[in-house]
Amino acid sequence: MLQQLVNGLVLGSIYALIALGYTMVYGVLQLINFAHGEIYMAGAFLGLYLTVSLKLPFPVAFVLAMAGAALIGVTVERIAYRPLRRSPRLAVLISAIGMSIFLQNLSLYLNGPATRGFLPPFKVYPIRIGEIKTSSLEVIILVVAILLMVGLQYLIRRTKIGKAMRATALDKETAALMGINVDRIISYTFAIGSSLGAAAGVLVGMYLNAVDPMMGLMPGLKGFVAAVLGGIGNIPGAMAGGLILGTAEVFGVAFMRSEWRDAIAFAILIVVLLIKPSGILGQNTQEKV
Amino acid sequence: MISAYYYNLLILIGINIILALGLNLITGYTGQLSLGHAAFMSVGGYASGILTVKTGIPFLPALVIGALVAAALGFLVGLPTLRLRGDYLAIATLGFGEILRVTFLNLEITGGPFGLRGLAKETNGLIVFIATVIALVVIWSLINSRVGRAMIAIREDEVAAEAMGINTTRYKVLAFVVGAFFAGIAGGLYAHWFRYLNPASFGFMKSIEILCMVVLGGLGSTTGAVVGAATLTYAPEFLRSFFPVISEYRMLFYGALLVVLMLLRPQGIMGTSEFSPLKVYHWIRSRQGVKTTVGSDS
Repeated sequence: MLQQLVNGLVLGSIYALIALGYTMVYGVLQLINFAHGEIYMAGAFLGLYLTVSLKLPFPVAFVLAMAGAALIGVTVERIAYRPLRRSPRLAVLISAIGMSIFLQNLSLYLNGPATRGFLPPFKVYPIRIGEIKTSSLEVIILVVAILLMVGLQYLIRRTKIGKAMRATALDKETAALMGINVDRIISYTFAIGSSLGAAAGVLVGMYLNAVDPMMGLMPGLKGFVAAVLGGIGNIPGAMAGGLILGTAEVFGVAFMRSEWRDAIAFAILIVVLLIKPSGILGQNTQEKV
Repeated sequence: MISAYYYNLLILIGINIILALGLNLITGYTGQLSLGHAAFMSVGGYASGILTVKTGIPFLPALVIGALVAAALGFLVGLPTLRLRGDYLAIATLGFGEILRVTFLNLEITGGPFGLRGLAKETNGLIVFIATVIALVVIWSLINSRVGRAMIAIREDEVAAEAMGINTTRYKVLAFVVGAFFAGIAGGLYAHWFRYLNPASFGFMKSIEILCMVVLGGLGSTTGAVVGAATLTYAPEFLRSFFPVISEYRMLFYGALLVVLMLLRPQGIMGTSEFSPLKVYHWIRSRQGVKTTVGSDS
């Protein structure tokens, strides 16, 4: 049981990191950024190339991968979402889906369809505490994820940029009237969300020792499920949603056949949507005319 | 007679037109983004396929039963999920599609990951043609009726439509059921043409492909859905013979197409207007300076 819980927490912290990117973008733009899963994939590839091909020290490569993905995220917003700021939401959503397919296939073209190995560039030790078997890599994933989430919480709650982000999420027009450069804040939001997604990508790439162009599809969708689970637009909700989803999936696989793995997350999603569409920590919003 | 190559292509175009017409009713006219249309196609395909292979029911009744099963599922899925707002609905339909795909992958009766084999080749050009015409006529008369106007009202403004006394849930579910029914027909035709079904062919990407057809043709245009389906079915074949590089990266092209379309012409080829020979005639006449009474504005 405890063993499953540890596995669930590791998987859940990854989902939480991905979910944060969705939830932040949804908070400011009310848009499901379908391309987020592809940013995660791009982050994993950047991490792979920077550590394995360029032989950079891991912390440097990790930060550079996050920065690179942030750049991609901001570019995607510029090209595919910003010109549509005043269009119907369906148009933006379709544009996001198009961007996701485009990036996936661009990566397929650039990197080839084969799955690449991604061995951690540092030594991984097995750790045993009583009945629980884990490894230094799992500990690193958990610690890095927690550090990033704490850092994000600090950024949102305690800095000027964070304050501007919260204001933009609350009401774009009023925020603009208060002298906030809304376009720039949206770019920041994409940059931060994308860098967190890339961090998740690098960590998963090493954890599973596998990186491929299609790797963003499922975790991307599940990261979104986690965001909805916690209440979309709500940052602590995304963290909670990620952890709950990861744990539920690990326990679900333990009790059922593992082939059903992908169905578990979506079944949870549909149940949550039906019972409380605003998520666990979300607030009910009434549509106004 | 046309060659086997073009015969195959025409059948595919017909199947895709039926799919696009159904999705267009849901997304184009009623404004509910569904990302799980391929799932209904797979239900129709598997249901009719299992019926003809395992029980020996003749093809045509099996086709209709398969479509009814898909429609029933559309009802079951639609009733609770259609209360959800736009993007939540999109993600719920996507989730439903994935659950169904995993289910087909794990069931014994569907052949699991090896797929359903041993189907007879029952689909032919005539049946596809008749099915396409029926789909066209049904959807055309539906949208030009009170029901269709209610659906369009929901697309334009759901809150206002509700305030005008339209039972929004009822019409949304109706659009879903009709769309699912025709997707089921398309699935049954597909199954008995290729004689093989695999859950992998009905994933998220297939749903996106159908959505691309509808968006390209113009959300909310029946003739647009026909044009979009025909274009996107023929385009890869055309590109394969003339620009093989592009054909190889078809999905790259699709992705870029969706983004560029939304940026430059979000209404698609046809917008929400319909093609009719009469309008073209009036248009030509008006260009020649002859005054006409109707339809000259388009």
